Amino acid sequence: MAAAAHAMETKKMGTQGLATLGVALLLAIAGYAALFVAPNEATMGLIQRIFYFHVPFGWSAFVAFAISFVSSIAYLRSHAPKWDWLAVSSAEVGVPFVTVMLVTGPIWAHPVWGIWWTWDARLTSTFVLWVLYVCYLLLRTLIDEPERRAVVSAVFNIFAAFDIPLVYFSIWFFRTQHPQPVIGAGGSLDPRMLDVLLLCWGATLALLALLLRQRYRVEALRWEVERLRLEAESRSSVPHGLTLRDQEHSA
Amino acid sequence: MALARPIGILLAKELRTEFRTRELLISTLVFVLIVLVLFSFTFDPTTVESRRFGPGLLWLALLFAGSLMLHPSFTREQSNDTLVALRMAPIEPVSILAAKILANFSFLLVAELVLLPVFAALYNLRIVPVLGRLVAVLVLGTLALSIVGTVFAAISSQARMRELLLPLLLLPLLTPALVASAEATAGLFEDPPALAAVWVGVLAAFDTIFLTVTWLFGEYLLEE
Repeated sequence: MAAAAHAMETKKMGTQGLATLGVALLLAIAGYAALFVAPNEATMGLIQRIFYFHVPFGWSAFVAFAISFVSSIAYLRSHAPKWDWLAVSSAEVGVPFVTVMLVTGPIWAHPVWGIWWTWDARLTSTFVLWVLYVCYLLLRTLIDEPERRAVVSAVFNIFAAFDIPLVYFSIWFFRTQHPQPVIGAGGSLDPRMLDVLLLCWGATLALLALLLRQRYRVEALRWEVERLRLEAESRSSVPHGLTLRDQEHSA
Repeated sequence: MALARPIGILLAKELRTEFRTRELLISTLVFVLIVLVLFSFTFDPTTVESRRFGPGLLWLALLFAGSLMLHPSFTREQSNDTLVALRMAPIEPVSILAAKILANFSFLLVAELVLLPVFAALYNLRIVPVLGRLVAVLVLGTLALSIVGTVFAAISSQARMRELLLPLLLLPLLTPALVASAEATAGLFEDPPALAAVWVGVLAAFDTIFLTVTWLFGEYLLEE
């Protein structure tokens, strides 16, 4: 039986390794396409190519937050821990994705606009979005009891999700009343540029799925460990305040 | 309505608790006054500048005050475990939240009405011609602050570092409400005074959305 479980675990590791390899390959192809296949942009030149990372990571982050929002509602309705695992995993993957967007933005803006940052509508609202989900993750670290943490952070997550459209609308309206630095030429996108953009988006989505799956398993294991620890503590006659490990050491 | 009676009784209880000590009211008043005075020291604004920055500053001060003052509404219940008693009562759990939202709303609104003439005098603003519209903006903006503030006080009361956590959770979420109420108020002090419908709309939408979310999901926060 132990051997069968071991074999299954090995097989799982095998598929996981393959998935990781696949995603890495896809990211490499997307990177190659962004750097060498996509045509050069007329006015901005090479620096415009950062767009193929900036935009896909942003879109994928929104997908991650949408998953997190739906999972939080599902958790409150069902109280099944798996929804909480999914909510925290997707938020925790979404935050670094937005961070990529917030970092690549200024790298592009500095040569093109001549400034690193401006309080433009999109920049400001994305920054608020990032802060909201960082607060969500922070809140989770400050509550120890797992079920309490799941419930409380799910409610906060739902509030944050409903806040995002309001943030975008109010800041967009507020900022468009004021003159802005000229944002790079808009207009239509070269079809080859669009293809590369979609390829890059596919690659970041694959990365999102891979990270999400890993993080979800870590969270599931963490709950299991916590549950076993509590069970062991309640069974053993360890004096209060002494953990199982202390007992092993003394034995 | 089945909700109205328990809300009324709980609201009376909240008001009685507050008016015995007047802690929340007085500390909010003093806090906002301090911020308004400190601002004029740090920036030394001219009359025109203080008119321009005044409304935004007033709302920022109110938001900070709210994020500091609202957390006793749940921690106060914890010291004697009275929240357990409230939960055991045969009422809808959401009426506990609703009563606390209404109570905090009234405290903040009373504080604002007292502050308004002082603010007008300090920042050379003429409030009498726009009083009706100004109170309408104050009501909508304060409702936004009290809905989210009260729910987040319930959240932060269940975590560690709760005093620090409440402003961290509350302030970013209130960004749209802050933008809308500060812009609406600033419009009232322009010449001629104008109330932009879009900001009133944003505030009304904010209030409606979060009242509904609280009504749908708020009770989970009171579970044991």
